[in-house]
Order: sequence, then C-alpha cells, then structure tokens
Amino acid sequence: MKQQPAVVANDLTKSYKSQLALKKVSFQIENGELFGFIGPDGAGKTTLFHLLTTLLIPDTGSASVRGFDTVADYAAIRKIVGYMPGRFSLYQDLTVEENLNFFAGIFNTTIAENYHLIEDIYKQIEPFKTRRAGKLSGGMKQKLALSCALIHKPEVLFLDEPTTGVDAVSRMEFWEMLRKLKQQGITIVVSTPYMDEAALCDRVALMQNGEIMLTNTPQRIVDGFKGELLAVSSDNMFDLLHQLENIPDTAAAYRFGDRIHYVSERNIDPEIIQKALASSGQKNVVIEPITPVIEDCFIMLMKSKSKNDPN
Amino acid sequence: MRTILFILQKEFRQLFRDKTMLPIIFIIPVFQLVILSFTATFEIKHTRLVVVDQDRSAESRELISRFKGSAFYIVTAQAETYQQAAEFLKNGDADQLIVIPENFERNIINHTSTDLLLVTDAINGSAASLMSAYAMAIINNFNQYLIVEQMPSVTHTEPIGIESSYWYNPRLNYLTYMVPGILVLLVTIIAMFLSGMNVVKEKELGTIEQINVTPILKYQFIIGKLLPFWMVAMFELLFGLAIARFLFQVPFLGSLPLLLGVAAVYLLVVLGFGLFVSTVADTMQQSMFISWFLLVVFILMSGLFTPVESMPDWAQYLNKLNPVSYFIKINRMIMLKGSGFSDFSNLFYTLVVYAAAVLSLSVWRYKKVA
Repeated sequence: MKQQPAVVANDLTKSYKSQLALKKVSFQIENGELFGFIGPDGAGKTTLFHLLTTLLIPDTGSASVRGFDTVADYAAIRKIVGYMPGRFSLYQDLTVEENLNFFAGIFNTTIAENYHLIEDIYKQIEPFKTRRAGKLSGGMKQKLALSCALIHKPEVLFLDEPTTGVDAVSRMEFWEMLRKLKQQGITIVVSTPYMDEAALCDRVALMQNGEIMLTNTPQRIVDGFKGELLAVSSDNMFDLLHQLENIPDTAAAYRFGDRIHYVSERNIDPEIIQKALASSGQKNVVIEPITPVIEDCFIMLMKSKSKNDPN
Repeated sequence: MRTILFILQKEFRQLFRDKTMLPIIFIIPVFQLVILSFTATFEIKHTRLVVVDQDRSAESRELISRFKGSAFYIVTAQAETYQQAAEFLKNGDADQLIVIPENFERNIINHTSTDLLLVTDAINGSAASLMSAYAMAIINNFNQYLIVEQMPSVTHTEPIGIESSYWYNPRLNYLTYMVPGILVLLVTIIAMFLSGMNVVKEKELGTIEQINVTPILKYQFIIGKLLPFWMVAMFELLFGLAIARFLFQVPFLGSLPLLLGVAAVYLLVVLGFGLFVSTVADTMQQSMFISWFLLVVFILMSGLFTPVESMPDWAQYLNKLNPVSYFIKINRMIMLKGSGFSDFSNLFYTLVVYAAAVLSLSVWRYKKVA
C-alpha cells in the first residue's frame, strides 16, 4: 500500500459567525515529520487543530490525516491520532494512574502494552501516580497529558501549544521528549507562539491572521531573509526607535530583546546610520550586523503583507 | 461494551470522590423526606378564634362551647366589640373571629332566623377555606341540634342520610398522602440535576475536547453518562421507600417490582430532560438555572400540593406534558391503593412514549451541538 502523507489540507476555511478564523489554508505534512505551526495568539492555530482532529467541520476546503478525510472518515482518524489540547483537559479529580488507565481503556489498550512509548515521560511522574491530576504542577500536568495522548500508540500526534505557560527549562525538556518520539516514527504536529521553538522543528508554517504566510524548513526561512540585519543599541533607547524609522529607505525597525533590529531597503553603510543618529544627539551608538532568526523573518513577512494589503 | 464500562468506572470514581456532592446525593434527600413529610401538611389544627358574644345567652354559650370542644379550635379571646376582635386579626394574634349578635337566643326561640358573622384571615387562601369549612361544620351541627331541641313536634328524619367513609386513607392522614409524592420529587431532583450538570461539567472543564478525539461513540458516551445517575436515583427511591415504610409506616399495598419498573421508565424521561438541558447550557450555572426552572414548573403543576383536577383546563392540558404528575399519580396508586398494572397502563405507556421522545430529541440535539 502506498504510504499516505500524514496530513494534507486544501484551502481550509473556517469562520465563527462573521469572524474569519482561517482563510484558505493549504499544506502537506510528511510522515515522520516534526512540523510546527508558529504564530501569535489569534493566528488561527487552535481552529486549525480542531479541524484536523475532527472537532470542527470546515466551511470550505478539505483535510485528511493519513488519507482519511476529516469529515467523512472522522471515526477512523480518532483511532489513529493523539491529541493534546492547549488547555489541560484531563480529569482533575482522578489520579495520574486513573487518567492514564481510562484513556488506555477507551482506546482498547492497556498501559503495559504501550509502556515503552511513554516510559521516558511517564517515569518522571510515576512517583506521583496516586496523586490527583489537579494537584500536579504545570510541568507534570503537561507530561501526564502527553502520556495520555500517546498511550494508544497514535500515528499522528497533535499538540496544541504544549509549552505555553511552562518554564524555560521544562520547555527544553519537552522538545527533547518530542525529538525522541519522532525517532519512534510518530509524526508530530505542534503549534506554538514561541518563535525560538521554530528552530527545533523539521519544517514550520508561519501563521498570521488565519493565513499561512510561509512554509519551509527553519534554515531555509532564515536563509531567505532579504536585506542585511543590523542590531542597534545606544544610551537613549527610548528615542532610538523613532530616529531609526526616520532614516530614509528604512524597511523595518523594531525592538528585539534589549536592542533594536534594523533593516534597510538598500545595502546601507552602517556609517551612514551612525552619523544620522549622532546628529540626532545619540551617544554610544553600537551597530552590529547579525544573522536573522525566525522571529526576524516573521516580522518582515508581516510588514510586507500589511504593505500589500492595507486592511 | 468495554468502553462503556470504562466510562462507568470513571463516572463512579468521580461521583464518590466529590466531597461536596456525595452528601448532597445521599444525606440531603433523607433530610428532605423527613422534614417535608412532617411539615407539608394541610391540616389546620389550633385555629385561633376570637369570639364576640353580644347575646350572652345560654344558646350563645352553647355555640361557643362547641368551638372550644373542637380539636381544630382554640378560643384565644373574648372581645366586647367587633372592632376589638378585628384588631386581633389585624395583629395576627387570631385567625378567625365570630360575632354572635344580640337577640340571638330570642330569635331562635321565636323561630325567626338569625345571622352570625364569621371573618377569616384569608392571606393563605386554602387554609382560609379549610378554617371556614371547619366553622361551617360546627355551626351546621349546632343548627341540627336547634331544630331537634326547639321544634320537637316536627319529625326530623332527613330525606337523604349520608354515610361517608374514606377509602385508601381512612384516617385522612396527610403523611400517607404526601410521602409517595415527595419520594417522586426527590428522585426527580437527583436525576435531573446530576445528569444536567455532568455533561456540562465536561464542557466547562474542557475535558470533552479530549474525549471527542477518541474512538468513544456518542451512544457509548451518553449511556456511560446517564446510567450512573439512573442507578443512583433508583437506589435513592428504594432508600426513600424504606424510610417511608419503616419510619413513617406509610402503607405499601402494591407491588414493589411494579413500582420499580415504572420508576425505571420514568427516570429515562427525567434523564432525557437533564441531557437536553446540558446540550443547551454552556456552564454548570446555566444548567442549574434551566433545570431549576423546569423543575419548579413541573413540581407546582404536579398535583403534589394541590389536586390537578382543581386546576384550570389549560393547565390540565399542559399537565399532560408533565412527567412528574404521571409518576406521582402512579406512585400513589401503587402505594396507597395497591393498583395493578392494568389500572394505570395508559399512564405507563404515555411515559414510555415520552421517554423515547425526550431521549431521542436530546441525543439528536447532543450530536448536533457536539
């Protein structure tokens, strides 16, 4: 049998009342990929996940998971996917073990049968297996939710913002777990508002206002960055942003961490910027060419989009 | 089938782990049964009566002594004038006043008719009509006595003799009448609230999102959700029946399996309503209010407190949609009359149709929403 791609979407559109949540979204995710949907809150990530996990029906367009249509074959999809909603959705008044047992039971399997799959993750919360899920810390809840989503050995795993509200160390641990799961051959589809997590995916789709702006590997997205990126800092950061924006041919200037990232329409000499800023009264101006990261690409994409489409 | 068992196991675990709900389910119904049964009575004992005796004759004293002798009356005061007596009523120190006019005895002796004034505090209408009826009975009795005493020459055999006897509740015990109805009420409350809240709880906590992306089928989920409350309500009914039988000595003349059979079908109707409410509501608070609204209407119209027969025609037609009134009627028939199935088969079949209709409506609606 020919291997079906893990997920295919064609022109998916969904609106809530008058609010358009997704506009003609298309993409294809290959088997065994770790695929990320990156975008701010309200970009339509959760709606997209609801469509793919058969919780919602698209207004127009279609999608399939492992060749099963999300509308016609929803029952087949529910057997082969694992889903971890953005909000903790296990039973808070059941213990860790009872939750896991319940989800194993309704998928007609047992914990023992697929223990190898969750072992690395579950081992960390096993000491608390008689504790109620509601009394777990955020990181432990996340591990339990992942265990429950994995217990039936899903072919495709959907994780909706799994790292939102989790501390930095736990986030890195979590991505480490995902990497291991990928080695087991599970296709993983994940969404996140954190741009820095994009680099950890095989491929990412950058989303904004219900649309996918770009789909590619993180490296190629960064490689495709147009222009030269400069990081600027000075003693008076407050006025700096405004002064940079006033330099002719500025493509973009935006705060990034404790510096301001600057991109010009043409290959501008940093000396010219130095001079312009000095004449505006800035002192200790430091200008440094840097390699862009995904977030820079995202911001530039947003800017060019809003230029083309003033609405 | 295994899937349903897993859901049942989960539901019972959650139910028995809920420290707030568990007492509500098992202790409060007992309390309600005990308290309601003793307090929900319409008998009015110790009506406080003020007497204005303007005649001060042998006959007037005779009439007053009849009131004093009645178990239903306490003569709290004798007033000089009507105004004084009215003051008692106004202050809430008396429930009824009677004015015996001057020349009461003389008129009787002269064979001319005489009048009495009877005033009743009618804020509580049904209580007032009862008090009024008690007073009428005493006065009528007195009338009879006068006819015999004052006109011995005339023969007083009444053309129609009335011999009344009270069937099914010979001592007119209110407890006997109320308990079967209150049992129905408790079972209804438990089944309706629990089922109405449960699915909504999964919605509110977001757990339904996870459940919906599993191979659980809708019918398995619904059975798994409703069956626990069906069982709890059946248990509750048995528990209540035991209390009624052994604590209140309410007679149980009919067949227990028959009653349980009717209850089984009746509960399906109630659970269907609960499920319907939970498809309409998004939060537990909404669910509570919708359930409460439905229940208040059902209960007030159920015939628990006031006979359905005395309601206006439109209300009686509306009552055909009230499942509570069906079960109260059947329950009273089985417990107090010892009725068999054939006596209420029509009511039962209506309940069966009702259960099928409500359940399919709410399952259909549940699918549409979820």
